[in-house]
Amino acid sequence: MKILAIDSSGLTATAAVYIDGVIVACQSVNNKKTHSQTLLPMINDVIEQADITPDDLDAVAVAEGPGSFTGLRIGAATVKGLCLAIDKPVIPVSTLKGLAYNMAGSKSIVCPIMDARRRQVYTAAYIYEDGHLNECLSGRAVAIEELLDKLEGLSCGESVTFVGDGIPVHREYISERLGERAHFAPPHLMYQNSASIAVLAAGKAEQGLMISADEFEPVYLRLSQAEREKLEREHKVGQ
Amino acid sequence: MNDNISVINAVDSNKIKGKDKGNVCILAVESSCDETSAAVVSDGKNVLSNVIASQIAIHKEYGGVVPEIASRKHIECINPVIRQALDEAEVTLDDITAVCVTYGPGLVGSLLVGTCAAKAIAYVKNIPLVGVHHIGGHISANYIEHPDLKPPYMCLVVSGGHTNIVEVKDYGVYNIIGRTRDDAAGEAFDKVARTIGLGYPGGPKIDKLAKEGNKDAIAFPRGHIEGAPYDFSFSGIKSAVLNYVNSCNMKNEPYDRADVAASFQEAVIDVLVGRTIMAAKEYGYTKVAMSGGVACNSALREAMKRSCENEGFNLYYPSPVLCTDNAAMIGVAGYHEYMRGVRHGLDLNAVANLSF
Repeated sequence: MKILAIDSSGLTATAAVYIDGVIVACQSVNNKKTHSQTLLPMINDVIEQADITPDDLDAVAVAEGPGSFTGLRIGAATVKGLCLAIDKPVIPVSTLKGLAYNMAGSKSIVCPIMDARRRQVYTAAYIYEDGHLNECLSGRAVAIEELLDKLEGLSCGESVTFVGDGIPVHREYISERLGERAHFAPPHLMYQNSASIAVLAAGKAEQGLMISADEFEPVYLRLSQAEREKLEREHKVGQ
Repeated sequence: MNDNISVINAVDSNKIKGKDKGNVCILAVESSCDETSAAVVSDGKNVLSNVIASQIAIHKEYGGVVPEIASRKHIECINPVIRQALDEAEVTLDDITAVCVTYGPGLVGSLLVGTCAAKAIAYVKNIPLVGVHHIGGHISANYIEHPDLKPPYMCLVVSGGHTNIVEVKDYGVYNIIGRTRDDAAGEAFDKVARTIGLGYPGGPKIDKLAKEGNKDAIAFPRGHIEGAPYDFSFSGIKSAVLNYVNSCNMKNEPYDRADVAASFQEAVIDVLVGRTIMAAKEYGYTKVAMSGGVACNSALREAMKRSCENEGFNLYYPSPVLCTDNAAMIGVAGYHEYMRGVRHGLDLNAVANLSF
């Protein structure tokens, strides 16, 4: 099984080639350049380093979201173009699950937090059991306060390991609330990594969880501002 | 694709003499605003397909194009539109010589979808990638139906995002002589339409209503820019309409919407035609072309025709479907760029305010 995996949902652009259980090539950059300039040259690099051509791939895995709307679309449009040209399916993988998988093997609850602006985070929570990540809080965009309320309810004194680019933004507040129960991923595990996406995708591929490139759509978890405001107006009129 | 997206193949298949792939067969992609479009164009003149997915019904509800919604819809549409363009042209990606894509100017989120998909296709197929300027595309739309039109000539590009007088020196070689200092002409149409309660998109609605009105009823100002005789300003006209309507409302005096539409339209057309003709004369051209969405406006077409006839100029403009955003025009412009040796790398970025 040969899979190209990419994640452009956050600050990091990352691409990897997975061949039969081995991450043969992997690159990540977090250099503030736009993903539209870095992603495809990076894909070209990892494909070359893996000594294959795009046509050799069996599928392309992509971090489906949540994340930066623009980042998600750069990934989605790139994957759609690639898969149209190689005529192979897409394996969508949750960005949050990908982040949590950076901490595979953790005994604590793993809680990815991505900065979603507007004082919110994109988040979920997972428990690593029998070699699998089991979701104990589904993906959502919530205020950090609300997330911590939920975690206090869930974890009953258990420790929580946070991962994701929400850490630098909310670290202080989380420590205040959870004290020693809070742990934070170190910088080399904190950000999106295409190798995590690739391994999760390989598992999905085995279960046949692949879709056509035309069907694939990012998971934004949020409506556009215009749609939100329209709904609010209609709601007010309805009251 | 969503029910609210209408998809057409803007090619009269009766006019195509077989699906001649030619020597240079271009796949073109355009997604700069709210239309997702893909086309196959052979040898820079034969349009084998020109598929356009329009989101206009969706944006209507918001009174204008919502960039985030437009970007999301492009993601939904991009692959089906490209696939349909290839199918209707009866070609596969293996027949394609180069991929051409609009990389600016436009809405950056929209542009990125077409740009990233086009880059990925060019990369996999190991064929040249050519980034195309959207305005170059609008100008080149004229070559599709007018094989006799050859540079040099003077062109008015007028749409919801652009208002330029362009000296077309050669294929792909442009000299901008006049530009708008504020709103594009099409933007002014949309805003005035909203002011008098016509809704979006304003261009066709004002065009229609103006036919029932008196264009000399109200004297709206013509924006002049000191020291820049070919430049435009439409914010003054727009404000004058708003002031007129507001003052009528305050005095509880009814106003005739058709007269407002006709008088506003006349003010805009007056400067567009006047300055284009002046530029053609000054630079010594006898060929004048028009393109862009506002070039569909029936009164503008009539006024430009009359002025060109008076001057003995030849006038060219595309059919309405080629005036609005479409990928065939990008394929034609891209062909000439390709022939001039223009190539872009895999790091091509979308540029919202791409200069010309």
